[in-house]
Amino acid sequence: MEYFLELILGGLTRGSIYALIALGYTMVYGIIQLINFAHGEIYMIGAFTALIFTSVLTLLGFNEIAVIVLASLAAVIYSSAYGYTVEKIAYMPLRRASRLSPLISAIGMSIFLQNYVLLAQTSDFLPFPNLIPEFEFIKPYRHIISSPEIVILITTSTAMILLTFLIKFTRTGKAMRATAQDRNMAMLVGVNVNRVISITFVIGSALAALGGVLIASHVGQINFYIGFVAGIKAFTAAVLGGIGSIPGAVLGALVLGLTESFATGYVSSDYEDVFAFGLLVLILIFKPAGILGRVTARKV
Amino acid sequence: MKSGFRKQLISLAVVILYGFFLISCGESEKTADAPHKSAETIKLGVAGAHSGDLASYGVPSVRAAEIVVRDINAKGGILGRRVELLIEDDVCKPEIATNTATKLVTEDVDVVLGHICSGATKAALGIYKDSKIIIMSPSCTNPALTQSGDYPNFFRTIASDDVQARLEVDFAIDILKVKKIAVLHDKGDYGKGLAEFAKKYLKASDKAELVLYEGVTPGAVDYSAVVQKIKHSGAEAVIFGGYHPEASKIIGQMRKKGMETVFISDDGVKDNTFIKVAGEYAEGVYATGPLDTSNNPMAIAAIEAHKNTYGSEPGAFFLNAYSASLCLLNAIQKAGSTNYDAVSKALRTEYVDTPLGKISFDEHGDAIGVGFCMYQVHNGVYVEVK
Amino acid sequence: MIKAQEIKKSFLVSLWFMFLTFPIMVIRVNPIEKFVEWRWKNMLVVGIGSFLLSFVWRYMLKKKEAGEKRAETGESGKTFLIQRILEERRFYIPLVTGLTIIAVAFPFIFSMYQTSIMTTALMYIVLGLGLNIVVGLAGLLDLGYVAFYAVGAYSYALLNYHFGLGFWSVLPIGAVLGFIFGVLLGFPVLRLQGDYLAIVTLGFGEIIRLVLENWNEFSFGPSGIANIDRPGFFGIQFSLQTASIYLYFLMIGLVIFTIIVVNRLQNSRIGRAWIALREDETACQAMGIDKTRTKLRAFALGATWAGMVGVIFAAKTTFINPASFTFLESAMILSIVVLGGMGSILGVIIGALILILLPEYLRAFSDYRMLLFGAIMVIMMVFRPQGIIANIRRTYKFNE
Repeated sequence: MEYFLELILGGLTRGSIYALIALGYTMVYGIIQLINFAHGEIYMIGAFTALIFTSVLTLLGFNEIAVIVLASLAAVIYSSAYGYTVEKIAYMPLRRASRLSPLISAIGMSIFLQNYVLLAQTSDFLPFPNLIPEFEFIKPYRHIISSPEIVILITTSTAMILLTFLIKFTRTGKAMRATAQDRNMAMLVGVNVNRVISITFVIGSALAALGGVLIASHVGQINFYIGFVAGIKAFTAAVLGGIGSIPGAVLGALVLGLTESFATGYVSSDYEDVFAFGLLVLILIFKPAGILGRVTARKV
Repeated sequence: MKSGFRKQLISLAVVILYGFFLISCGESEKTADAPHKSAETIKLGVAGAHSGDLASYGVPSVRAAEIVVRDINAKGGILGRRVELLIEDDVCKPEIATNTATKLVTEDVDVVLGHICSGATKAALGIYKDSKIIIMSPSCTNPALTQSGDYPNFFRTIASDDVQARLEVDFAIDILKVKKIAVLHDKGDYGKGLAEFAKKYLKASDKAELVLYEGVTPGAVDYSAVVQKIKHSGAEAVIFGGYHPEASKIIGQMRKKGMETVFISDDGVKDNTFIKVAGEYAEGVYATGPLDTSNNPMAIAAIEAHKNTYGSEPGAFFLNAYSASLCLLNAIQKAGSTNYDAVSKALRTEYVDTPLGKISFDEHGDAIGVGFCMYQVHNGVYVEVK
Repeated sequence: MIKAQEIKKSFLVSLWFMFLTFPIMVIRVNPIEKFVEWRWKNMLVVGIGSFLLSFVWRYMLKKKEAGEKRAETGESGKTFLIQRILEERRFYIPLVTGLTIIAVAFPFIFSMYQTSIMTTALMYIVLGLGLNIVVGLAGLLDLGYVAFYAVGAYSYALLNYHFGLGFWSVLPIGAVLGFIFGVLLGFPVLRLQGDYLAIVTLGFGEIIRLVLENWNEFSFGPSGIANIDRPGFFGIQFSLQTASIYLYFLMIGLVIFTIIVVNRLQNSRIGRAWIALREDETACQAMGIDKTRTKLRAFALGATWAGMVGVIFAAKTTFINPASFTFLESAMILSIVVLGGMGSILGVIIGALILILLPEYLRAFSDYRMLLFGAIMVIMMVFRPQGIIANIRRTYKFNE
C-alpha cells in the first residue's frame, strides 16, 4: 500500500511538471493552431537563467530567500522575453502561411536555441543548487514524499488556479478565448489579436520557466538538452488531454505522469515510454479529440 | 519581359557554374597537394563527438591530441616529418561517422585516434578496415570490438566492459558482501552492454541474488518511480551501467528519500563532473575506472599541459586519448613508415611509456597493462579502494 | 535614405536583444568553483549585430509583403525562375542533359567523401518524396515516418545476419514490410485529424524505436548490428571505393524511379483523390471517394519508400542501432518536404540537397554549424513560407 502511495505521489509530481510545460503548448495551440516545438527550449532557458542568477546573487552575498525569489523571478521574466521574441521572429511573419510552415520554423528555432545555449554556456551538465529548503515537518515521511515534491505540487496547483482565474474572469482572458474561437471575428470586434498572441506566449513561457526552475532544483542538474524530452512529453500530455483545452492539459499531464509511474513501478521502466505512448494511442482511438477535447460538429 | 527572363537565366547559370568551379577547385587543390603533402606530414585523424550532447566525451581527446602533437612537432616531428591533425566531428551518430571516416580516408589519413562512442566506431570501422587504416579509441569499451576478431585494425587504450562488470560484481559480492543486488542501465549501447555482463555474472554466482534489472529512460525529468522500485525490491546495492548525468539524478533521488543503498557504477561515472554535479550525494559512491595513474609523472605533466593550454581541468578519457596518441605516433616511429602492417606489428610488440603506464597491445587490440580498479568518492574526490 | 525613425527602431531592437542575451551570453558561471566570468564583449557584438540585422530583416519582410500583395492583386504574373525554365522546352532539355552529365560524372570527378555524402542526400530525396505522398499530397501530418525507415533497415540487418540474405533479395522484402507496417499503423489512426494524427504517429515512431532498444533477443538492443554486407552485384563484392560509387548509382536509379512513380501517382486517380482529401475531406467524401482507403493508400505507399531506403541505409553504413531512428530524424525529413515546397517533386529534391549537404559543408564552421542550420531553417521559412518551389496546381482556365 505504501508502495502504491509512493508511486501515486511520484507520478503526480512528474505530472505537475509536465502540466506546467503542457499549458504553454496547449495555450499557443488553442490560439494559433501551432505546435510550438521551441517551447521545451524556453523551459531550458528558464532553468539556465535561474542557475546563472542564483550563482551571481549568491556571490554578491544576498540571503537565501532573496536568491530564490530573485532568481525565479529572473527566470520567469527572461523566459517570457524569449517566448515573446521567438514568436515575433519565427511565427508572426507566418500568420497567413500554411500550417506546416510555422511548425518547421519552430523546429529550426528549437535547434537554434539549443546550440545557442551550448555555445554561449557549456555542453557539460551543471549542478543546480537546491533552491527548495528541506522542511523539518516532512523529514519523518521523506521516504514517501520529499519537500521538493510538495513544493512542486503546491506551486503547480497555485499556478493552475491563477491561470484559470485569468482566463475565466479577466478582460485579457476573454480576449484570449475570443481569439481562440475565431481570430477574424475577434479582430472585428476590436480585439488586438497580435497583442493577445504575444500575451499567450508570455504566459506560456512564464509557466515553462517555473517548471524549469522547479525540476532543475529537484533533480539538481541541467544542460542545454533537457528541454527536448520534457517538451515532447508535455506535448504528448497536451494532446492526451485534448489540445487547446487548459484543464485538459493538466489532466493529460497528470494521467501521463501517473501512467509512467505505474508502468515503471509494476511492469518495467524499460517500457515506460511505450506505455505512455501506447496509452495516448488508445485514448485517441476511442476519444479522437483527447480526454477533454470536444469533437466539434462542423457545418458544411 | 523576355530579355529580363533571359538575364535571370544567365545569372543563374553563372551562379551554378561558379559554385561547381568553387567545389571542384577545392577538390583539385586537395588532390594535387595530397601526394606532395603526405611525404611531408604524418596525418593523425581525430574523430569523435565534438559537438552535440556527448561533446564532453569527445572534446578532451581532441585536446589531448593537440597537446601531444604540439610537443612532438616542437621536437622536430616523427621520422623527420611533421604531424598534422585532421579533426572531424561525428556527433556519436553511426550514419555521420561513416561520412567522417570516408572524409578522413579521402584526405589520406595515416592513423586515426577515435572514435568516441562504440556505435559510431562500429559503423566507421568497416571503412577504415577496407582502407587499411589503424584506429585507436580512447573510450570504446564494447567487448565485441576486439574480441570478435573482426577488426584487426582496431586498438584501444581502455579495458573492455566485461572486465569492468566482472570487477563490479566481484567487488559487491566478495568485498561488500551484499546479498541482494539491483542492476540498472541507461538503455544505451555502453550502459546496457555493461549491465548485461553484470547480470550474467550475478546469475552465475550463488552468493548474491539479482533482485531487479531495469533500464531507465535517459533524460527523463525524474527517476522517482525507479527509485521507489529499488527500495521496494530490497536491494542492498545498485550496479548502474551508464553515464554520469543519469547516475547523479538517481543517486540524488535515492539519498533524498533517505535510502542508504550502496551505489556501484562504471567509468562513465568515474568522472569529476559526477562529483561536482551530484555534490554531497556523491559521497560513498563506488565506481570502477582505469588504474590510478595520478602519481605517474607523465600523467601529471599531461594534466599540467592541459591546464596551461586550455585553462581548465581535462575532461573524460583525456589520459587515454593522450596515451593513444603517443602509442600511435611511437609505433610509426618504430615502424619507420606509416605502412599498415609495420605499424600494427610495432603496436603489438613495442612497449610505450604513457600516462597510463607502460603499455602494449595484444593480438586482439586490447591494451596490455591497462586495467580497472575500484574507486570510492571520499570527501569529494575519487580514491582508490585498496 | 534611412529615416531617423528606422534608426530608432533598430536601436530599440538592439537594446532588446542586449537585454535578452545578457544572462546567457554575458555571464558564464562556474557553479563548482563559485566563479563568474563576465563577457561584456559579447554584449557589444550582439548589440551591433542585431542593430544591423534588424535593417536587413525589415527590408526583407517588406519585400516579401510587397510580393504577397502583388500576388493577391494578380498584378504580375512573375513566377519563380525555375518553374519557368521547366515550362519552356528549349531550356528544359539542355538543363536536364546537363544535370544528367553532372550526375553521371560526379563520383569520378569528386572524392569518395563527396560521393558518400551525395549518396546520403539522395537517400533523403527518396525519403522526402515518400513522405511527400503522405504530407504533401494527402495532407496527413506524419511525425513518425522514421519508424518505417527503421523497419526497412532492421529487416535487412536481421535477414542478413540470420539467413545471410543479400541486398537485392531484401530490397523488395523491405519495401513490402514497409507497406505492411504502413497499413498496420495506418488503421488505428485514420479516425484522427490534423495534429492528433501527428502526435499518434510520433508515438508510434517512438514505440518502434523503444522496442528495438529494449528487445535484446530480437534486435540486439542498443548495441546494434554490425558487419552488414554492402550490396553486391551478382555475387561480386566490391572494394570500398567501387562500392560507394556503386551505391551512388543505385541511389540515382532509385531516385529516378521514385520521381517517375510519384509523378505518375500525382496525376492518377489516386493522386487526385489525395489532393481532394487534403483540400476538403467532406467534399471529397461527397464525391464518392472512399476516405479510409485513400488515406491508407497514402500511408502505405509512403511507408514503402521508407522501407526501401531503410534497406539501403543499412547496406551503406554496414552498422545500425536504434539511435539512428529518433524523432529528430522524422523532423528532418518533414523539414525537407516543407522547406522544399509541399507537393512539389523538384522542391523536395532541392530541400533534401540543402538540408543534408548543408551541415556537411558547414563543417568548416565546426561549432557553429548546427546554430547556423537552425537559423537558416527559420529564415527560409519566414521568407519563403510556401517552400523553395511552391507547388503549382493544375489549373484549367476558361477563355472565351
